Amino acid sequence: MVSSTISELVADAKDGDHRAFEELVRQTYADTYTLAFRLTGDEEDARDVVQEAYLRVHKGLQRFRGDAQFSTWLHRITANCANTFLGRRVRHRHDELPAEPNIADVHPLRDPVQRGEIGDLRAQLTEALRSLPPKLSAVVVLRDIYDLPHEDIADELGISVSAAKVRLHRARKRLRERLYPFGDESGDQESHAM
Amino acid sequence: MQCEEVTLVLAEVAPVEDAALPLAAARHLDGCLRCQAELSQYRKLLRGLSSLREVQIAPDSTLLDEILENLRPPAPVLKLRRRDRRKAILKGVGAAAATGAAGAFVAVSKLNRSTVAQ
Repeated sequence: MVSSTISELVADAKDGDHRAFEELVRQTYADTYTLAFRLTGDEEDARDVVQEAYLRVHKGLQRFRGDAQFSTWLHRITANCANTFLGRRVRHRHDELPAEPNIADVHPLRDPVQRGEIGDLRAQLTEALRSLPPKLSAVVVLRDIYDLPHEDIADELGISVSAAKVRLHRARKRLRERLYPFGDESGDQESHAM
Repeated sequence: MQCEEVTLVLAEVAPVEDAALPLAAARHLDGCLRCQAELSQYRKLLRGLSSLREVQIAPDSTLLDEILENLRPPAPVLKLRRRDRRKAILKGVGAAAATGAAGAFVAVSKLNRSTVAQ
């Protein structure tokens, strides 16, 4: 339902309807900001990336043929903008640690136990992702959270597909080691059951 | 296949389904609790990462206005085309000439009136 609305807005925006484009922004900007924040790890940088991403979308909308979903196209553009932005960012910048972002679950679970467990894991994962170097976190965010294909990730980050796979492999390994530093009892229990 | 090799496969493939595992790795896993535990950890990791897709980080309320402001088309600058510009110049010259002629006519008629009065 939502995607058909998005498709209609895209079609109207392509026909030059500026209001349709504004509505498209309204419906997608929080998601775009979330991705930008995950890629840059900084609120201000994420804002800049989002601004740039929508300018590019506005300029390039006529080129969007609808082969992929609009959201996938938008994610690719955002990833590309974030990559350009991170490349420009001074390497040894000593910023203050970012404040805890305002996080909202768009599909909350009803079971409080399950919600608690998933909430804990998400919090640990968010911390673990922040600890990764941007080159590694970008790949794992785009592949394992946003489900972008290796080829698209490689394109947007300006690296080869094999380099993208190697980075993903390293990132996952580091995340696992951080989350389960001394093995994990629940993991063992699960494995015995296999 | 040894544990070290299987570890590499798991990090790379990190399968959600057993079918995605290479056969040699699957055989090793059948008899190795350590690698089974590692596979389980990777699966939990992937499920957790995938669930982050549902979590939205709320941006500051001013962001939307900023984006829309940036996208708003600039106010149109009135530019006359060359032909229109020429027309405007001719109209101006015509109007100036008409005013001049009218002024001259009034001056001449005043002069004539004063000559007749004398």
